[in-house]
Amino acid sequence: MLPRGGYDMVDTAPAVKEVKDNRAKLFERAMSRQGYAADALIEVLHTAQELFGFLSMDRLREVARKLRLPPSRVLGVATFYNFFSLQPKAEHTALVCTGTACYVAGARALLDLARHRCQAAVARGEPGKLGIQQARCIGSCGLAPVVVLDGRILPKVSATALEAQLEQVGA
Amino acid sequence: MALTPDELTERAEAERERTGAFRERLHVCTAASCQAIGSDPLRAALQARAKSSGGAVEVAGTGCMGLCSKGPLVRRQSDGALFLEVETGDVPALVEGAPSASLDARRVSFEAHPFFAGQLRIVLENAGRVDPERIDSYLAAGGYGALAKVLAQMKPAEVVAEVTRSGLRGRGGAGYPTGVKWQLVAKQQADTKYVVCNADEGDPGAFMDRSVLEGDPHRVLEGMAIAAYGVGARLGYIYVRGEYGLAIARLQTAIKQAEKEGLLGSRILDTHFDFSVQIRIGAGAFVCGEETALIASIEGKRGEPRPRPPYPPEKGLGGKPTLINNVETFANVPPILVRGGDWFAGIGTEKSKGTKVFAVAGKTALTGLIEVPMGTPVRRIVEMAGGVAGGGRVKAIQTGGPSGGCIPERLLDVPVDYESLVAVGSMMGSGGLIVMDQDTSMVDVARYFMEFCRDESCGKCVPCRAGTVQMHLLLQKFCDGEATRQDLALLESLADLLRNTSLCGLGQSAPTPVMTALRYFPEEFAARMRKEPAGP
Repeated sequence: MLPRGGYDMVDTAPAVKEVKDNRAKLFERAMSRQGYAADALIEVLHTAQELFGFLSMDRLREVARKLRLPPSRVLGVATFYNFFSLQPKAEHTALVCTGTACYVAGARALLDLARHRCQAAVARGEPGKLGIQQARCIGSCGLAPVVVLDGRILPKVSATALEAQLEQVGA
Repeated sequence: MALTPDELTERAEAERERTGAFRERLHVCTAASCQAIGSDPLRAALQARAKSSGGAVEVAGTGCMGLCSKGPLVRRQSDGALFLEVETGDVPALVEGAPSASLDARRVSFEAHPFFAGQLRIVLENAGRVDPERIDSYLAAGGYGALAKVLAQMKPAEVVAEVTRSGLRGRGGAGYPTGVKWQLVAKQQADTKYVVCNADEGDPGAFMDRSVLEGDPHRVLEGMAIAAYGVGARLGYIYVRGEYGLAIARLQTAIKQAEKEGLLGSRILDTHFDFSVQIRIGAGAFVCGEETALIASIEGKRGEPRPRPPYPPEKGLGGKPTLINNVETFANVPPILVRGGDWFAGIGTEKSKGTKVFAVAGKTALTGLIEVPMGTPVRRIVEMAGGVAGGGRVKAIQTGGPSGGCIPERLLDVPVDYESLVAVGSMMGSGGLIVMDQDTSMVDVARYFMEFCRDESCGKCVPCRAGTVQMHLLLQKFCDGEATRQDLALLESLADLLRNTSLCGLGQSAPTPVMTALRYFPEEFAARMRKEPAGP
């Protein structure tokens, strides 16, 4: 899933409260629409991650309670699938496609570069600045190699171009 | 209010009349690949210009036309011209038809260009013609005509017999005869049966199913509805990869439209046939392409395969008989019912009928979708994609992704059919075809696919969970130039172990890329072995 920013960037206190209330309500409504059915667990986790950015332990417990499932089953599913993240998202996310077409077109160098930038950010005390994800194949092989930076596709991207783009967003 | 068959015909006729009134129609590719490089703003600019210049030109979206590496693509209806790498600067010339040398240089014929000339389009026949977001556009192209015919004139058993006669085989890779699978589900006595569309296109480098779902979603729904009528199911699921956001959105739109017109839901086309479809979104697990793992995932569980038998046609979703077919398989169904199984069986080879869509990518000059009749030599497909970019030489091609193998250049005359590809050590797979040139190291590619299988192993059975880790370590030693002769022997024996003892297809086929690389390029592995110390 491509990163969806937005909710966490609101910085005034009342607005945060308003947004949070709304999210809890939206989440409840989504579960209710599924009839709190156990077989909708993956759908519910998708919704939770879309709304809250990641799946906290508290959130997983809530899901287990509402869908009447053992917490172990919910954690088991949440950790099985690559999409679900139990950690909060970084400020910027670079998703490097490592499908075969991208790989033979040099995705490895892009991945190394992104990782290097990520480590540099950690070294200067900004661990939440840049997150790196790998995609198995986003299916845009005609544009290989592809990097998705904060939801924006960078087609036929070179290492130099990626570096410039990362520089531009300050990551 | 459900459409009656007569109203369906009227709607199609009305849409054809509406579009026929325009002086010109421009079809803009709106698939994910073209969208990523600006086809949305381009379409908006074309629409604005068309409106301001009097409305004699219609600008419509359409599905993937195939030549993905040259997007954004625009097709002109009147003469079938296809414009490549279209920019907003081209808008006036395109709409008003004014001469433009720069645009002419990027104009090719949708029929005669070498990329398209050898293609036979059945699955992709609506690409460049139908707007995936408008059901009327699909109806005008004869859409839902097959379903109407089936419901009005055929018994379920006759539908299954027609598909059996066509010789259609599963397009997900394994090639199981579709008609036989339908019969297995049809003969089950059960109160509930399901039809599932496997759209978990996990092979890296494969994007045929994504393109079909984005470009012609109604076609897949119609195929599923016909299957449901044939086997006696009332509920269907489409399991789509979570990575395919646009495909999911187009499917949601299509399902809503079809429900509104009574082409899905209860009393379809004013008959007693009920069928509804729900979408299930995958969450990034390659193993969920395996049918029993896919069922577990639809049930909201970890996507772990279980031993077969019982096979899903007997005990599938919720223990009920379940028909699982791939996207491309369902997309082949409506034309088979309209034109007849014999027509379809007349295309292709003796054992592999019809066409196959390949996603050609890698080091080729052109990248995109190529649909050819079964039996076409692989070399021909590579030539259609313009050969290797920059005039380099093809070293090998790879089909079937992490479950398939590589085929060296000297064997490229192998025809694409299920049996011939297996005979050279690879497989049809879902249709990814990656071309590699002299710069690609086969040892590195083998390591790449093993890393993929290692990461995607679900961990349920030991041979796959531990074996892929060990094989990857051994391949890494080759990459580092540290491997010994014992390592080579160990690699081969592990490959044998995985193939024979893994629970599902993922583990059983994980050694295939390595084994074909070893079989065809042993010298590359030998060159990466540690130099034996000279004797005393």
